[in-house]
Amino acid sequence: MNWLTTLMALPLLGALVIAALPKSMSNKVKPVALATTLVVAGATIAMAVGFQRDNVDMQFVEVHSWIPSFGISYALGVDAIALVLILLSVLLAPIVVLAGWNEPNGGRWGVKTFYVLMLVLETMMIGVFAATDVFLFYVFFEAMLIPVYFLIGGYGTGERAAAAVKFLLYSLFGGLLMLVSIIALYVLSGEQGGHTFDTFALSHLKMSSMTENLLFLGFFIAFAIKAPVWPFHTWLPDAAAAATPGTSVLLLGVLDKVGTFGMIRYCLTLFPNATKTFTPVILTLAVISIIYGAFLAIGQKDIKRLIAFTSISHFGFITMGIFAMTSQGHSGATLYMFNHGFSTAALFLVAGWMISRRGSSKIADFGGLQRVTPVMAWTFFIAGMSSLALPGLSSFVSEFLVLVGTYTRYPVAAVIGTFGIVLAALYILIPVQKALHGPVTAGNEALTDLNLREKIAIAPVLAVIVALGFYPSPLLNVINPGAAHTIANAGFTDPLPQINGEVGK
Amino acid sequence: MNTFLSPVLNYSLLSPILVVLGGAVIGVLIEAFASRKVRPIAQLSVTFGTLLLALIQVWRIRGQSSLSAAMGSVVIDGPTLLMQGSILVISLLAVGLIADQEHFTALAAATPGSAEEHASIQSGEQLTEIYPLTLFAVAGMLLFPAANDLITLFVALEMLSLPLYLMAGLSRRRRVLSQEAALKYFLLGAFSSAFFLFGAAYLYGYSGSVSLDGIRESVIGGSGNDVILLIGIAFLSIGLLFKVGAVPFHAWSPDVYQGAPTPVTAFMAAATKVAAFGAMLRIFYTAFANAYWEWRPMLTGIAIITMFFGSVVAIAQRDIKRMLAYSSIAHAGFLLTGVIALNKAGLEASLFYLFAYGVATVGAFGIVTLVRDSSGEVTDLKRWTGLGKRSPFVASLFAAFLLAFAGIPLTSGFIGKFSIFSAAYESGNHAIVLVGVLSSAIAAYFYIRVIVLMFFSDPVEDGTTVIIPSVLTWVTVLGSFAITIFLGVFPTPFLNFISSLAVFLR
Repeated sequence: MNWLTTLMALPLLGALVIAALPKSMSNKVKPVALATTLVVAGATIAMAVGFQRDNVDMQFVEVHSWIPSFGISYALGVDAIALVLILLSVLLAPIVVLAGWNEPNGGRWGVKTFYVLMLVLETMMIGVFAATDVFLFYVFFEAMLIPVYFLIGGYGTGERAAAAVKFLLYSLFGGLLMLVSIIALYVLSGEQGGHTFDTFALSHLKMSSMTENLLFLGFFIAFAIKAPVWPFHTWLPDAAAAATPGTSVLLLGVLDKVGTFGMIRYCLTLFPNATKTFTPVILTLAVISIIYGAFLAIGQKDIKRLIAFTSISHFGFITMGIFAMTSQGHSGATLYMFNHGFSTAALFLVAGWMISRRGSSKIADFGGLQRVTPVMAWTFFIAGMSSLALPGLSSFVSEFLVLVGTYTRYPVAAVIGTFGIVLAALYILIPVQKALHGPVTAGNEALTDLNLREKIAIAPVLAVIVALGFYPSPLLNVINPGAAHTIANAGFTDPLPQINGEVGK
Repeated sequence: MNTFLSPVLNYSLLSPILVVLGGAVIGVLIEAFASRKVRPIAQLSVTFGTLLLALIQVWRIRGQSSLSAAMGSVVIDGPTLLMQGSILVISLLAVGLIADQEHFTALAAATPGSAEEHASIQSGEQLTEIYPLTLFAVAGMLLFPAANDLITLFVALEMLSLPLYLMAGLSRRRRVLSQEAALKYFLLGAFSSAFFLFGAAYLYGYSGSVSLDGIRESVIGGSGNDVILLIGIAFLSIGLLFKVGAVPFHAWSPDVYQGAPTPVTAFMAAATKVAAFGAMLRIFYTAFANAYWEWRPMLTGIAIITMFFGSVVAIAQRDIKRMLAYSSIAHAGFLLTGVIALNKAGLEASLFYLFAYGVATVGAFGIVTLVRDSSGEVTDLKRWTGLGKRSPFVASLFAAFLLAFAGIPLTSGFIGKFSIFSAAYESGNHAIVLVGVLSSAIAAYFYIRVIVLMFFSDPVEDGTTVIIPSVLTWVTVLGSFAITIFLGVFPTPFLNFISSLAVFLR
């Protein structure tokens, strides 16, 4: 069975159904969208059950020739990392639809368009992680910008058009740099035995170290913009602040992961030597991201921008875990991608509800929410605790693994990175204190608490956060073999612990 | 040597050109003899029939090739036929736009604003001369990429240009602007023809031959004076670069694009580019191929300036037609990288790019013809604000064409851009690829700006509307859209077709 193609076709089918619904049935648009995303999520879980976790090769492989004259194929397949990220995408999709039930109402266009764009985006999110052909990956990488662009510009708030354009231009610029590298790979593969875009075949290309370094940069800058790593991050706060909460969840939770996923899948696999060369620089950028993102988050007055900056800090951790080149670091980074998706989803969704109730996104406008809307306040609190990596919640496990994995090879980076955790306590606890505690600020007295739909939407997110915090093994068991394989493939071995025998004496 | 050799012509191979010329002559006869009432429909059917017949003819002779179709002065080979086919398809689409007589003055000879003009509009006259003029231009375009000596090349150049000069001045609205555009186009075109002839003379002086084969032999032999060769190449190139609108020979194109009736702009922008690049590819890939060290640096410089200048200046444009003009300048730069690549991949990529770009251009201008107010087309970008709200479907189609120009995946523009840049990279010219890609990023900005205007801004109430298009305009726009998307998603059949044919016979 062609699992991955089916998964990609289902949302498109849903989008077609929605587009074809007559005006008289416009109240069915949202249920159809929700049903579609649920079916996709169910199908993905059914596929994931069949995933052999000890097998480090691509699984559920499909290969069809697409443009043979350029050696391009429609090639799909998943390894552990791709599987985890696809799971993340399809699990977040129904939550976003349910949580943002009223989101599209304030848009430039109708509700239909919103969900068509959303479902097309879901197809592309699955495609971008499932593609094993570099060209196909690039096609999804670029094409997915279009629905997001319209989602931000058409349904966002504030300076939505400007934010959408900024997002698109940054991403396009990065994508075009990557295109140069892809063209170079294409030409090199042609010189060395036939044009191909197969990731595995391309990883065996011979090239001079100068070429390798330049091509690596082409890919890395594109991914660093996407992720975003300092100093390529400036588009993210604007986009996240302007987009609807649901779109922001997908933007930060899934789309930005394409950047970190790309670093693992393409930068490391295709250019292992260049990776070694650039690791110190990238680790520096990652550490700066951690600290810089955290400091700016502390300074934010707008709650959405605050979450965006916390994400920049978190992406610093993920990038650090990837380029530490240890298996713990990699496992941690991959797990981090999954956990960050959920904790950001929780933060953004609850923040979205708070903002839509209060009509303002300024932290100062909230206060004493815990008395007026206890359930909403507590969910925000738990989401915040997950974001600052409180032990017992899922982010802790991944952050710890990243730091441990980094410390064994780059202790300085790990030590500086640890300060990010301290700063995280500040940037979460300050808004928690201001918005949730204290006296009820004027204008907040009549806020309503979460309704049943919202509770149903947020419950699975919190459940995942808590469950993976206590028992991360189901996911780690899937991730670990893949992470170890990636490290070994790139020519790295875990540094042995330097412990002399006197410890136990 | 005094015996007169009667010319031997291979009529079947020349048939596409001959059919179009025949159709044009019939068109002139219709103008002379048919009554005013039947003229429009007769002309339209003759034009469509002619172009279709020619296209069928191209398809029928697709596998053949010959150097002696017309005593060595015309070469019929794969690239020729591909370009002729592209020109014919693009012309068919463009005629769908030309058929909307709303764009053309009723009486071209009347002074703008005169009583005579007023009377002609009142009487409901229609300008049907445009059809034979179009056919003559098409015939010139078909001959241009097939020409195998400099004289035929010059004849074809004039044959395609002269009708275009006239057509540019036939606009119904803003006639003075249109006539000014025609005059500019004519004057600068005359200059470029002079340059072309001057270069041809030098090349004759260098090689003692006007045929491309003869020049090629001399270049390979290398016994001639390289300075004369260089001068010849330079001046011949100026003539050609003028036609494709490369910087610094582009000055005419924004004014002409803006002033000419939009259907003519569509036809000119798309079809002329195919023809001119077709000729250019042939000349540089055959006659000058072995002297690439003479022309490559020069063309590389021009390509870089053209891509960069076109993209940057387009940002400042406030008129949609001028913006598309600068975008076409940038695309001329991208296409030049295919000429410079000088390999089979470059030729195939250029052929694909020309067709894809031409079709998208016709489609985009087709939509420009639809946006109007009471005094005709609205080309001021400000007044396109909020178009997506008023007519989402038309605005979405236009957005799709813009995304194709910007080279977003799943459109023909992306495959074109990818193939042409990879060919350039393969030729070892890495710098030009980098500049090309950066220019694409700049270009993306102004394409996206139009999308923002259309979709993300609230409409202004100033009477700008999207008219209900005529059936033919619909066919053109939707046809162009279908081709643009199809070539973006399933380019394989067309790429394979090109690949099987793209070898210059020399």
